[in-house]
Amino acid sequence: MSELLERAQQLLDAAKGPEEIEIYLSSGVDTEVQAYQGEIEKLSSATSSGIGIRVMVDGPAGARVGTAWAGSLEESAIAGTLREARDNARFATEDEFVTFASPDGVAVASLQLTDASVLTTPIEEKIAMAIELERMVRDGDARIRQVDSANYSDYVAEAAIASSKGISAAYARSGAYLSVEAIATDGKSDQTGWGLSAGRAPSELNINEAASDAISRATRMLGAVKPASMKCTAVFDPRTAATLLAIIGSALSGEAVVYGRSFFANRVGEEVASPLWTLVDDPTDARHFAASAYDGEGLACRRNVLIESGQLKGFVYDTVSARRAGTASTGSAVRGGIGGSPSAGCRALQLLPGDIDQADLLRRVGYGIYVESLTGVHSGVNPISGDFSVGVTGLMIRNGELAEPVREVTVASTLQRMLLDVRYVGNDVEWLPGSAAGQTLAIDGIAVSGS
Amino acid sequence: MSETLVERDVLERVIGSALERGGEFAEVFVEDRATSSAVLDQRRVEELSSGRDRGAGVRVVVGDTTGFAHTADLSESSLLAAAHAAASVARDGGGGVRRASLGPLVNYPTHAVVLPGDVDKAKKIELLRHADDVARSEGSSITQVQVALGDSTRRFVVANSDGVFAADHQVRTRFNISCVATGDTGMQTGYRPIAGTRGFELLTPDAVGDAARGAARQAITKLAARPAPSGDLPVVLAGGSGGILFHEACGHGLEADAVMKQASVYAGKLGQQVASPLVTLVDDGTVVGEWGYLAVDDEGRPGARNVLIENGMLTDYMWDLLRARKEGRRSSGNGRRQSYQHLPMVRMTNTYLLAGDADADEIVAQTPYGVYVAQLGGGQVNTATGDFVFGMTAAFLIEDGKITAPLRDCNLIGNGPEVLQRVDAVATDFSMMPGTCGKDGQSVPVGTGQATMRLSSVTIGGTAS
Repeated sequence: MSELLERAQQLLDAAKGPEEIEIYLSSGVDTEVQAYQGEIEKLSSATSSGIGIRVMVDGPAGARVGTAWAGSLEESAIAGTLREARDNARFATEDEFVTFASPDGVAVASLQLTDASVLTTPIEEKIAMAIELERMVRDGDARIRQVDSANYSDYVAEAAIASSKGISAAYARSGAYLSVEAIATDGKSDQTGWGLSAGRAPSELNINEAASDAISRATRMLGAVKPASMKCTAVFDPRTAATLLAIIGSALSGEAVVYGRSFFANRVGEEVASPLWTLVDDPTDARHFAASAYDGEGLACRRNVLIESGQLKGFVYDTVSARRAGTASTGSAVRGGIGGSPSAGCRALQLLPGDIDQADLLRRVGYGIYVESLTGVHSGVNPISGDFSVGVTGLMIRNGELAEPVREVTVASTLQRMLLDVRYVGNDVEWLPGSAAGQTLAIDGIAVSGS
Repeated sequence: MSETLVERDVLERVIGSALERGGEFAEVFVEDRATSSAVLDQRRVEELSSGRDRGAGVRVVVGDTTGFAHTADLSESSLLAAAHAAASVARDGGGGVRRASLGPLVNYPTHAVVLPGDVDKAKKIELLRHADDVARSEGSSITQVQVALGDSTRRFVVANSDGVFAADHQVRTRFNISCVATGDTGMQTGYRPIAGTRGFELLTPDAVGDAARGAARQAITKLAARPAPSGDLPVVLAGGSGGILFHEACGHGLEADAVMKQASVYAGKLGQQVASPLVTLVDDGTVVGEWGYLAVDDEGRPGARNVLIENGMLTDYMWDLLRARKEGRRSSGNGRRQSYQHLPMVRMTNTYLLAGDADADEIVAQTPYGVYVAQLGGGQVNTATGDFVFGMTAAFLIEDGKITAPLRDCNLIGNGPEVLQRVDAVATDFSMMPGTCGKDGQSVPVGTGQATMRLSSVTIGGTAS
């Protein structure tokens, strides 16, 4: 048993009273290096820990839950947190569906998601990577006039959950990232591009890949123009496709569905997407950066098929939303750190790859817009109504090949329409940080607003 | 606990130790924050939550390099360990322990009247229920109501090797309501926030009721919405709805960190005409009670009113301590940090466009065809290119000088420097809105404001041709 889980069990034993209690502990170590003009601009290192406590009291009409958290594991902080959680529970409305997770017997995947080298790699090596990344971008192309920031960062994070319902779970994950933003100029105007390399350990990072990604994204946008408004096929690159999947995933949350906040509500069994579309949420696939053996309530994560060949199969649930829907948790509770309560959400989405590569896909599309970056996603997409309108930069597709760059343009449709209008799914899956992997996607009928 | 969270002599020793390897500047930021929140969803009080976060961040500056470390443990030994870690970027060795000497403590009191800790939890719930009742009374098409309120009490002390020694007590209170209306055309949403650097007195039943009615009506109105047009059109921004546009479209580009890295389209343009003469843009931390108000910034510099663009001419940028030191000038009071776990950087406070002298109704009447924006959602900008996008969460067509059909949500898109030149009318009806600004992974509360105004042409990202 991990030390953190032992501590959680001890706190649980000490806290026991007439009510149900859940203890959630987290701890982490973070390092961040930012390089600028060959020097370290910023070096930050930190360890942090915290506790979240939920107290549940049964009443005649159901249970009431109160929560409290503290960013420290000191005795006095913990005592105060427990007191506040108990007090807060007095004020919640009794709810027949509210409860804590109970062990459900689902086997826990064996995943190795931490790499100790994050902690043992000397800081000098990490610094050197950030400085080398900056140099490679700066020297990589004469048109790069500035490197806004070149970063190395890593973390090891651990969490433990123990509850009076018998939950006892601990999980850990490490990550290491290189990211860089380049500014290119053609003397008339500037364009930016960012590059990324991600892994679970410093040794998995590829400086060259991050640098050339940033350089090519920035330089090939030079001379970008605003195209004429039109309706055409949009091809999303793997990164922007991953963003799209994450948005669709938010509408597949059982919580959004039971609360009537999803356009997928009451549509299980219907053809909601193109037959090319099979979407699964599978945190047990270790290739996914967000992989996890346990969910936010301490139940085993599992593979959930959400849409299969275009047909809506189901949703992801945590314990409470599942009860409201008359079903069982799918092991899909997510929680936003120590201060957050569990809610239902997708964690590790992937779209089953198609059988064509990007070049072939572009050839078949012939004419359209290739989308390399999205802006205004949080403001321009409404996962309740399905309205979709986002700013993009990218390149025109002409005669099946990438052509001139375009900017200051929006693409719009509705999520409902877009799912049905999927024309090609690429085989070029990229595993990316965040809740979704991505591959090249071609979607028809997109309204492009330009001049 | 003392009013400075950590005793003066301890802070002096920590700063001294932070400088022992040859740093030029060292700072300790100690913070104690208590937050609480309550959510009513589907008529149920889903959750009351309370949180407490306390700790200190130490930074050391050597040349162009900053070292930073933080700890949740405020004991002297932990603070010294953090100082040591932060000082590791200073590699010249030099100096041994240096003594720091702090000036007299400058203590900033809160303006809040009713402190969060003095509010009965039952009273908060009463208010949530009131909002829910008001929203639902607007019509049976209101199918979902979610109401949330929260408060935070943030005490901090900041001490640095220049002798700065300041303590602040910030109280913030917020409320928001989201409604979903359901009709033949599907679901639509309405949203209203109330937020201020004030105590619970901010949330009067009347204010909360107005917000609830506004959110419900917005959702119901949008049930009749038609797809927004696609292409370039004149846009009228209602008073208070569009300040965020200027926050994004030019505010971020006027932050000295972006400017000094030549990562802003406004770099090197001081004294130049960058906007229509109707544009006077101000960042103002001194507006008491506003969401972006601060008596003192997170580096111990008092909040200030800074004119950034005056009658279209670029007059200054916004500065934090680090960037100001490099330029040999004073910080403009814009050094902010999300928490003790974050480094301060240049951030906006309350950013607004001064009112003009046109009549708001006249501006609409003189617009033959265009879009009227009653509420903008979030937005995003690329400071290096100036390109931005914004979500319109409540918008209408303007036809023959009249506000007509509601429009479905969509983004508008433009370029900061271009849009600033296209401001062709500004009215008198100034008002402000609260928001949350994100930059490099840190969120801080900000205010934005403007009077009803018109932009001669902006690209609307709808689907109708």
